[in-house]
Amino acid sequence: MNITLRVWRQKSRDVEGRMVTYEIEDVSPDMSFLEMLDVLNEKLTLQGEEPVAFDHDCREGICGACGVVIDGVAHGPETTTTCQLHMRSFSDGDVITVEPWRATAFPVVKDLVVDRGAFDRIIQAGGYISAPTGTAPDAHAMPVPKSDADRAFDAATCIGCGACVAACPNASGMLFTAAKVTHLGMLPQGQPEREARVVKMVNQHDEEEFGGCTNIGECAAVCPKGIPLDTISQLNRDLLGSLTSASSE
Amino acid sequence: MTELYIEGDPIRDEKAPEGPIQERWDKRRFSAKLVNPANRRKLSVIIVGTGLAGASAAATLGEAGYQVTSFCYQDSPRRAHSIAAQGGINAAKNYRNDGDSIYRLFYDTVKGGDFRSRESNVHRLAQVSVEIIDQCVAQGVPFAREYGGLLDNRSFGGVQVSRTFYARGQTGQQLLIGAYQALERQVAAGTVEMNTRHEMLEVIVAGGRARGIIARDMVTGEIETHFADAVVLATGGYGNVFYLSTNAMGCNVTAAWRAHRKGALFANPCYTQIHPTCIPVSGEYQSKLTLMSESLRNDGRIWVPKKGGDPRDPRDIPEEERDYYLERRYPAFGNLVPRDIASRAAKNVCDEGRGVGPGGLGVYLDFADAIKRMGRPAVEARYGNLFDMYQRITGENPYEVPMRIYPAVHYTMGGLWVDYDLQSTLPGLFVTGEANFSDHGANRLGASALMQGLADGYFVLPNTVNDYLADGPFEKLDENTPEAREASETVRARIDRLLSINGTRTVDSFHKELGQIMWDYCGMERTEEGLRKAIDRIRELRGEFWQNVRVLGSNDELNQALEKAGRVADFFELAELMCIDALHRRESCGGHFRAESQTEDGEALRDDDEFAYVAAWEFAGTGEQPVLRKEDLEYEYVEMKQRSYK
Repeated sequence: MNITLRVWRQKSRDVEGRMVTYEIEDVSPDMSFLEMLDVLNEKLTLQGEEPVAFDHDCREGICGACGVVIDGVAHGPETTTTCQLHMRSFSDGDVITVEPWRATAFPVVKDLVVDRGAFDRIIQAGGYISAPTGTAPDAHAMPVPKSDADRAFDAATCIGCGACVAACPNASGMLFTAAKVTHLGMLPQGQPEREARVVKMVNQHDEEEFGGCTNIGECAAVCPKGIPLDTISQLNRDLLGSLTSASSE
Repeated sequence: MTELYIEGDPIRDEKAPEGPIQERWDKRRFSAKLVNPANRRKLSVIIVGTGLAGASAAATLGEAGYQVTSFCYQDSPRRAHSIAAQGGINAAKNYRNDGDSIYRLFYDTVKGGDFRSRESNVHRLAQVSVEIIDQCVAQGVPFAREYGGLLDNRSFGGVQVSRTFYARGQTGQQLLIGAYQALERQVAAGTVEMNTRHEMLEVIVAGGRARGIIARDMVTGEIETHFADAVVLATGGYGNVFYLSTNAMGCNVTAAWRAHRKGALFANPCYTQIHPTCIPVSGEYQSKLTLMSESLRNDGRIWVPKKGGDPRDPRDIPEEERDYYLERRYPAFGNLVPRDIASRAAKNVCDEGRGVGPGGLGVYLDFADAIKRMGRPAVEARYGNLFDMYQRITGENPYEVPMRIYPAVHYTMGGLWVDYDLQSTLPGLFVTGEANFSDHGANRLGASALMQGLADGYFVLPNTVNDYLADGPFEKLDENTPEAREASETVRARIDRLLSINGTRTVDSFHKELGQIMWDYCGMERTEEGLRKAIDRIRELRGEFWQNVRVLGSNDELNQALEKAGRVADFFELAELMCIDALHRRESCGGHFRAESQTEDGEALRDDDEFAYVAAWEFAGTGEQPVLRKEDLEYEYVEMKQRSYK
């Protein structure tokens, strides 16, 4: 099939960007979306035009590196990562608009590449359990009810791609933050730091200039890993509990 | 053949203590010099790579009080390719009471490695495996659990006990996130400085020691010089030399290769693992191959039609016209034979013209019987995410139609040579995880890569690097130190050269062609004739690359084509060494199958009299004959036997 692409081109962070239109012929429905961009880049290179920069690595939907907004939807029309989206989701003659994640907290580095360092800093603020190497008791010393382990796992599957931020009208990073708070908060090992963790992570989230969460739910709708919206309720519960217990001290 | 290489002096590991194998690791930890906690903050360590081996080492050494500087090429350390490992991690916990022990894990790993790994290293790996699970659980890794709240285990890839811990099909992700969080905790504590989107392009060797690296900031293009008292490479494997592999697109050999060029020996480069259960290639544009966990082989049955070119829908082919070739040839292990055997068997049936799918490059992996036996919900609970992934990629529903699978390059057992301390032949340069050669011999068992990565990073390196650092801090260097300046100039010159060629072919077109040569002649089956042809073609293509590659843009910006070009240039040199190594090893062992060395019924035939050694190669210059340094392997505990899975 033949596709028309409108792609965001931006030389670097401080330069203004613009949409550029390219035609691509002979696109196979079995190609992944990124393989289609590879074909475009091969063509551009041979024409002497710089290829389009985009982040990608594992190409199997788990590293979280890839992610572009396709026709206004983060990761495009299927609920999956961009690398796992295939051209069979499009039709011959389609005009497809491709843009980077847009959020103040994720400045554009080049073309479709953005800087998601803010996510790492939210984790630094408290997204961990302090367990220095070598200090651990036997793994069976503390049984974890299967339902808690499963809920922790469901939240832990977050790949940190940032689609939640790109989809949110407020550019909030709350689903990402809540996934980590829920993952660690469901486990007995995560309890000692639970109250401090949520406060520190939310503070960092706000400092990074992510927007506030107003429970719109666009984040969960595009999340390729299906992180449930109720993790945000969990975060709010933990946050409230933490702030009230801190003020009662 | 000797025209291709020179044989040099043998080499041996001086660090593994003598005595009963169970006591060697304790002995080494006791004999290693320690660094007093107050002195640790005066000592610095560079760690390149943030996969399981790198992130766990950075977190642990940072916590111990060393000044750690960590690098990764991705935008976040959480994206390193360990994240994609699906199946699980082995540990000799014997929670199943099924006869497992440290000794059995050791035994299975030595045997699985086809007697080409070091006993001392493997035993230590098995010992440490137990602590890894404890550590990960303490960090909050959400392993699969049973209703009683205890950890679940499964049997995995070629062993008869259930010792594999897992987190659905995302074990690597969960373990890596655990290590990443521990790393970020140290970043917050100020003990680790993290440099993302940085690529190591050269190692600085001064006064006979590895003292730092040259790294390129991939956003600004700045060529940076970083110094430390020790350098750790945790930079993963080199499977992308084949272009198509299950590796992430960015995985590369550059850090390891640059160290090799500066004097670190490269061991057993020809040992590559071809994973049997991957989704077959669908077209020319294919950029990578996707693996599906081989846990699928626990319940799926592998078959091809008895006669070639059978046009029928697989569901219409009656039982008696199907060949369940693994169950037929290996009745004891059936579909669970080790990876190398399963892969080659698939290649054989396809070579006989009985393959299925596009180009006849595929075999069926059928769950119809499993669905009948356990019911669809049970199959869904166990393999749901893998089935979804298969359907997303192929557009076919595996609950209804058998999956098609084909082998793909997955893991490289070879890597930089290291001693028992994980130190390379370049003093001060340590190598961990897939980047070293040490623990898997000629073939890696399933669920052992995660084990090795975390063993090296959490427990081994942090107990050996101190022995080296105890002699530091070493002389202070700066950017004007001649060795640093020279390393930096080499990097600049290479970048300038790549940007100035402005030829007519893209980097990817060269990479694809190189990959095809490697797959055809240095893949699942190798012959002397094929390897010689490959070497000639690689040299020719490398020559053309440096004349005719086209890299647009400049250095001082994010330039993905430039990054790729540098990596492919190093793959060319590695590819040649892989072929020379494969050519010189005139035996079949593990992932290395030489057609000239097989039994009458087509099984791999090892030659222990001639080849029971590690082939460690010394760099002598591009296009010059590399020097072969042999490390003899001795088996005191596990009797060397021809593997049999019949």
